Amino acid sequence: MEIAAQPAETQEESVNYLNVNHTVKSWLLTLDHKRIGILYLLSISLFFLIGGIYASLIRLELVTPRGDLLTPEMYNRVFTMHGVIMIFFFLIPSIPATLGNFLLPLMLGAKDVAFPRLNLLSWYIFIIGGAMMMYTLVSGGIDTGWTFYPPYSSIYSNSQVTLAGVSIFITGFSSILTGLNFMVTIHTMRAPGLTWFRMPLFLWGMYSTSLIQILGTPVIAITVLALAFERTLQIGIFDPKLGGDPVLFQHMFWFYSHPAVYIMVIPGMGVISEIIASMTRKAIFGYHFVAFSSLAIAVFGFLVWGHHMFTSSQSMYQGLVFSLITYAVAIPSAIKTFNWVATIYKGSVSYDTPMIYALAFLGLFTIGGMTGLFLAAMGLDIHLHDTYFVVAHFHYVMVGGQIIAYLGGLHFWWPKMTGRMYSEIWGRISAVIIFLGFNLTFFPQFVLGYLGMPRRYHAYVPEFQTLHVLSSAGASILALGFLMPGIYLTASLFFGKKAEANPWQAYGLEWQTASPPPLENFTYDPVVTHEAYDFDSVKEIQEAREKVAVTA
Amino acid sequence: MSAHSEHHVVPVKVYLAIFGALMVGTALTVFVAQFNFGVLNVLIALTVACIKATLVILFFMHVAYSSRLTKVVIGAGIFWFAILIFMTITDYRVRQDWHVGLGSLEKPAAEQPAAPQPSGSGH
Repeated sequence: MEIAAQPAETQEESVNYLNVNHTVKSWLLTLDHKRIGILYLLSISLFFLIGGIYASLIRLELVTPRGDLLTPEMYNRVFTMHGVIMIFFFLIPSIPATLGNFLLPLMLGAKDVAFPRLNLLSWYIFIIGGAMMMYTLVSGGIDTGWTFYPPYSSIYSNSQVTLAGVSIFITGFSSILTGLNFMVTIHTMRAPGLTWFRMPLFLWGMYSTSLIQILGTPVIAITVLALAFERTLQIGIFDPKLGGDPVLFQHMFWFYSHPAVYIMVIPGMGVISEIIASMTRKAIFGYHFVAFSSLAIAVFGFLVWGHHMFTSSQSMYQGLVFSLITYAVAIPSAIKTFNWVATIYKGSVSYDTPMIYALAFLGLFTIGGMTGLFLAAMGLDIHLHDTYFVVAHFHYVMVGGQIIAYLGGLHFWWPKMTGRMYSEIWGRISAVIIFLGFNLTFFPQFVLGYLGMPRRYHAYVPEFQTLHVLSSAGASILALGFLMPGIYLTASLFFGKKAEANPWQAYGLEWQTASPPPLENFTYDPVVTHEAYDFDSVKEIQEAREKVAVTA
Repeated sequence: MSAHSEHHVVPVKVYLAIFGALMVGTALTVFVAQFNFGVLNVLIALTVACIKATLVILFFMHVAYSSRLTKVVIGAGIFWFAILIFMTITDYRVRQDWHVGLGSLEKPAAEQPAAPQPSGSGH
């Protein structure tokens, strides 16, 4: 049977979305979700590199207590640009726009997203916003911190705040359009038999993320626009001198920007569910709970923004409510974590590169999440607010959670996306290096923050130097770890072994089609007949598919 | 997507009626602005504006004739906006309590709208 099946396989491989047309025009005008996913991958990788260079400058500066590498003004610009680029141009689009774009229709058994033109438009909008941010960067940058708090940002800052605000405003539309597209696609284009509760958990994650993108992003867009108006036209909205209220900005900013953390991490959780299920060969324990916890995080995530404002003269009564809800939002995250651990328990675990990332995620995200509860406690937050403890906390969630999940997902679906296998050894080595480098970078920052090192300072008291040097040493290891996948993944495109349709023997529609997938994803009309993660059926489905291919 | 299949043709009369209602609303807002109703000024203006916005959403944007799913989406947007407004306004309402001290809240604004801020003392 295998011999007979081979011609069909090679025939499928002969025309795929990558080799169907090689011209630049075919890429720039493509409506194929897979190609758009690749375009996003390339763009956000560039932004990650730029954001990473800024991060390196920050860590280099902090090696010594005296600010001797950068001037204070320059340092302000460097950490602001690091934050703005990483958050708005890498973390937020990373999983939804790259893996999401590539995988969502494949997982649904659809030929494309619901609105392919809108999908391409969202990439162009992203590029326009990104280009404006690049211009902001070369024309002086911004120095307000990524949070743009007025009245500094609206009146006093002598940097490109308006330009950066407009750039974020524009980029926001890219995010909204992607969310809209995904939501409509999931509602209307599921393959026959693919009920909501048969969907892979990655799709539940994407759906929840889309919800936040659609409901939250307009608020940040209007907030930065209002800031730009205040700055250019002196309309009093946030500046007390003009009759405005700076705390209003914080309310509006965090109404989006806290849920935005979930835009970043929920897709990561979806990726982790897929990896853990495939690498343990078990259905995710408590599938329904994990699915609904994504939605719960998305919804409750909108009710916690005030925990960023405990020390900003927000009402104490309001603070109490926000603190309580913040504690509550930890519950769905914990549900996920416990269910993942329960899935691994007695599973047939293979420690391939994606699984190493998934395991790293479990530990790092737990630390990141738990330290969030420290900060949600109103009393303790007064001590920890605006210290390195906060910096460490959100890097544990953002890097330890989101980026680790993104890299895990990228490795997991790389064979599907490119049709090539990467070097497994190098994959594992780099995953371990990233894990070690990450912890060495950010764990000392918890201690630094607890001891009182404020964030956003370019000089500090000499007592903190040892911890800062440890952190900077970790950052160099982390940078090396991040560079490695860039090298071996690129090398795999030229020298990698050809990937089979289903190299991990995973369950899911995306693994039933060729690697890389044909232009319209499937050479047949997929029908779903099994529950999610029914690994016992993988072989059966594969054999049935081969039979159909041979007879056809 | 499915909403497209049930395209509803709205008679021109309806559009004109809504346009008329919007114009009346605008005239009403301008007219009312000439009188001082104290704290009700903003309330009246916003009520008229909300009614006008609802008409636009229901008829010009065809939500009145759309599928239930579309209505849920619109409803969700409004609900989320309400969360933002509600939580922010409650902060404003009770923020004073903390800084000025309980008890002084009954007095402010209404009696002396142009009076200096309740107190800068202690800050």
